Amino acid sequence: MIHKKYIFTAILYIFSAGSILAEPVRLATTTSTDNSGLIKELLPYFEKETGNELLVISAGTGQALRMGQDGNVDVLLVHEPEAEKRFIQAGYGVNKRAVMYNDFVFVGPESDPAGIKGESDAISTLKKIFIEKHVFISRGDDSGTHKKELVLWEKAGLKPQKSWYREAGLGMGRVLQIADELNAYTIVDRGTWLAFKSKLSLKLLAYGDKRLHNQYSIIAVNPARYSGINYLGAMSLIAWITSIGGQEKIENFRINDQILFIPVAVKN
Amino acid sequence: MEGILITTQKALHLLVTGDQELWSIVILSFSVSLKAIVLTTPPAMLVAYSLVNGNFPGKRVILAVFNSLLSVPTVVIGLFLYVMLTRQGPFGDLRLLFSQTAMVIGQILLCFPILVALGFATINAADRRVRETSITLGAPWWYTILTVLYEVRFGLLAAVLTGFGRIISEVGISMMVGGNILGYTRNITTAIALETSKGEFAQGIALGIVLLALAFVLTTFLTYVQGKQGMSK
Repeated sequence: MIHKKYIFTAILYIFSAGSILAEPVRLATTTSTDNSGLIKELLPYFEKETGNELLVISAGTGQALRMGQDGNVDVLLVHEPEAEKRFIQAGYGVNKRAVMYNDFVFVGPESDPAGIKGESDAISTLKKIFIEKHVFISRGDDSGTHKKELVLWEKAGLKPQKSWYREAGLGMGRVLQIADELNAYTIVDRGTWLAFKSKLSLKLLAYGDKRLHNQYSIIAVNPARYSGINYLGAMSLIAWITSIGGQEKIENFRINDQILFIPVAVKN
Repeated sequence: MEGILITTQKALHLLVTGDQELWSIVILSFSVSLKAIVLTTPPAMLVAYSLVNGNFPGKRVILAVFNSLLSVPTVVIGLFLYVMLTRQGPFGDLRLLFSQTAMVIGQILLCFPILVALGFATINAADRRVRETSITLGAPWWYTILTVLYEVRFGLLAAVLTGFGRIISEVGISMMVGGNILGYTRNITTAIALETSKGEFAQGIALGIVLLALAFVLTTFLTYVQGKQGMSK
């Protein structure tokens, strides 16, 4: 049995040879950091400065945490504080560091039928959409953004109805496109919004509530749970992204001169 | 949203200027699917041959199984393989999830039934006398197999090209077990899905053009060789 496994592995090595020498670092991250272009911007600097190869898999926060829990990746960059806390308490993750933040904003059609423009209270924004029964697109994919939206509906004590509340089950970019096509409202992280806004006719309508804070953290997968986790690689990414250089790269990542993610790891 | 003409123009520009990212995705796609088809063809042909000429119980059942596997959705194969390859799965220790190897395995699973089913139909239609003559003349068993397969080579080629067309255009398996990692497991179809989700239609269209061109080349090639075969008879 053992022998068979070795032979199998050997065969696999033969036709995957030449692709990698050192063990790469596997990062699971959210669609918001990937779709906005941030990861693509940071990746070459990290690889050059640390000599590690970085493989990026983008998924919703829920799926990313699951990949970490199953030991399929080495490190996670996610944005759902409650789920992260549970993840670490259950012993799946170690060495969490806050990396950056931005905020969630409400976007919708220019005509703004629910009249949420200029609203700075997230709860009353949702109430207005609820009363107007205007189409609202939800991520519906267990992502950090989706969880945030559900918490807000719950705080508002509202249960949206299927007639106007649509769950897409897709990443942030797709949901923005759907909202755009259907002239609908949706909630989006500012980074993805800034990256997409030139391609859409949607308008930024409501933001500024403290409850719309969007915190991104990086967590290493607990190396004690699985053999072969690239813990050193994971820690080198954590070290790099929270270093002065890494944080500067995040701060300098701008679209139309607007900052997408505000770094928080280094304080004077 | 920009018009379809401008987007297509941009797509063609990406193609002719040899955009490095775009072409590396194309090469990756071909490399994965070629490995899969090369590894699948010999065993699948042997299985098809034995199903035609072998004499063992359950032949019909096996054939029925392969035929029904033709309609398994790629996402189901992807999910199955994911569960097998995840760290907690039976083959988790091999650490193959999110690798090109995982994509190759998935595509093998996808095209194996296709090659068996189409191979069976082709070999079954071969002239029986070829095999009988070969055996009568005292050829070793492996030579007989090769002779029969050679006799129907154009039909088998069509089967292989069909299988290749299927795996290079599938998206479910590649997305689930490949993970769509840039420069590592991102192939044509997962890149199209991603670029569309980002609203970057130009690269998606450019890659779509590559797939269409491939389909055209394969079909033309097939028509050409089959035409030649028809004439030589």
